[in-house]
Amino acid sequence: MTITDYLSLTLMITGAIFFLAGTLGLLRFPDVYTRLHALTKADNLGLGLIITGLILQLESWTVAGKLILIWLLVLLAGGCVAHLIARGALQRNVRLWKR
Amino acid sequence: METINLLIWSFDALLGLCLLWLAWRTLSAPDLYKAVVLFVAFGLLMTLAWVRLDAPDVALAEAAIGAGLTGALLLSALARLDPAVDDQSIVTQKDNRPKSESVQWAAFMSLILVAIGLGYSVLSLPLKFKGLSPEVTEQLVNSGVENPVTAVLLNFRGYDTLLEMAVLLIALLGVWSTGNKPKYDKPFSSPVLDFLSRLLTPILILVAAYLLWVGAHAPGGAFQAGSILGAVGVLLLLSGWRLQKDSSLLLIRLILLAGPFAFVAMAVITMMIEGQLLQYPPAHAGLLILVLETTATLSIGATLAALFLGGPPHLKNEESP
Amino acid sequence: MQYFYIALALFLLLNLLAGMWRILRGPSVTDRMLAAQLFSTTSVAIILLLAQATGKQHLYDIALIFALLTAVTAIAFVQRAWPSREIKHDDH
Repeated sequence: MTITDYLSLTLMITGAIFFLAGTLGLLRFPDVYTRLHALTKADNLGLGLIITGLILQLESWTVAGKLILIWLLVLLAGGCVAHLIARGALQRNVRLWKR
Repeated sequence: METINLLIWSFDALLGLCLLWLAWRTLSAPDLYKAVVLFVAFGLLMTLAWVRLDAPDVALAEAAIGAGLTGALLLSALARLDPAVDDQSIVTQKDNRPKSESVQWAAFMSLILVAIGLGYSVLSLPLKFKGLSPEVTEQLVNSGVENPVTAVLLNFRGYDTLLEMAVLLIALLGVWSTGNKPKYDKPFSSPVLDFLSRLLTPILILVAAYLLWVGAHAPGGAFQAGSILGAVGVLLLLSGWRLQKDSSLLLIRLILLAGPFAFVAMAVITMMIEGQLLQYPPAHAGLLILVLETTATLSIGATLAALFLGGPPHLKNEESP
Repeated sequence: MQYFYIALALFLLLNLLAGMWRILRGPSVTDRMLAAQLFSTTSVAIILLLAQATGKQHLYDIALIFALLTAVTAIAFVQRAWPSREIKHDDH
């Protein structure tokens, strides 16, 4: 196992931890808006770190480009959908959680 | 290494058990919205199962149809069930009265019998069964493409694909003949939706063209590309896109017919030249397959989008209030 | 190295199963759709890890399709199927 292997392994494990954080947030947070916040973190950072770890292991740049494209598309779609859902929830008077 | 096999086995076992459990929960959910979302999740896990079964073409099609189109179609149908998507306690609760005990026992016993029969026939198959793959690999050089799945679908069993295109067309005609005028969405109700649809549409079209092209030598092909084009149509319809010109109506109908008719025309031509239905001359087989696949892609995409629309497309000024 | 890919894929699959609880419980339809969104992103990660573990490059296309098409389901929900008055279902 070279240095690159250790580095990509660290990145991927951190990404998996963010996925765990996103899932925990989805399960434990009290209302729609906070859950939405949690799952976009899994999109952003979780997938981004895993993809960065995978890129370090690849040999060709075209495949790395494809992986980065996948990440950017997930970011884009996830962000827009999060906005649309939050806006729709506000319009339907879904209550915000107050302590 | 033993640990790798253990990990792979546990992954596959977990996936399989989860699929079974998810299927049970989907069928027994009393709330239809919950059932639809569970079904979408089932489609996602099914794609993973196809990936693990080493069937990437099927996984591509399942991803495109199960993750995208089926979810949108079912949600849209659910919205049309209620008169005004307001009070769903009436419509979206299923009839969950338990059946009588003798019926339950009869169902249980017949299921046990079917399970025993299936298990016996599966277990009595030889473990290393080659099937037809040696013959397919042997004839692959004459088929014009390098992907065995595309060769089987478009060349060796092209007749089946011709009939599948006809089935899609008949399904569309069935939906159109139910007589409801389709409702279009309000145009661009949110600038973010506007932006997203305008950005995703060209990307999706490019991905569809890429899948169509790469289907010759890697997993991909006409059906996968066609479902992505269908998703483009669904996305545009959801974002409030409308047909503007009168000639577009005729154009859409021509595109819908192009796929099946191209297949039939190719069948007639090859019958006249070579004497057998859909027997391509090996020198031009690659080109003919590409032409058929392109028309099939456009047709499948238009058919799926038209199925989502639910009725014949019409222009703005013909709409009933 | 391959061992780690599959171990991570297994971990993400367990995450996915945990998220299933939100689909079953989630008092409103919105919560269930959020869980479906998370499933899709987790599936993208699982497919990428499996692709790297088995060396099959063509699986990246499947991840690309997932990334693009979950937005379509979510938009269908937001535009069409979202009930105006949410009825809370907190059964099993």
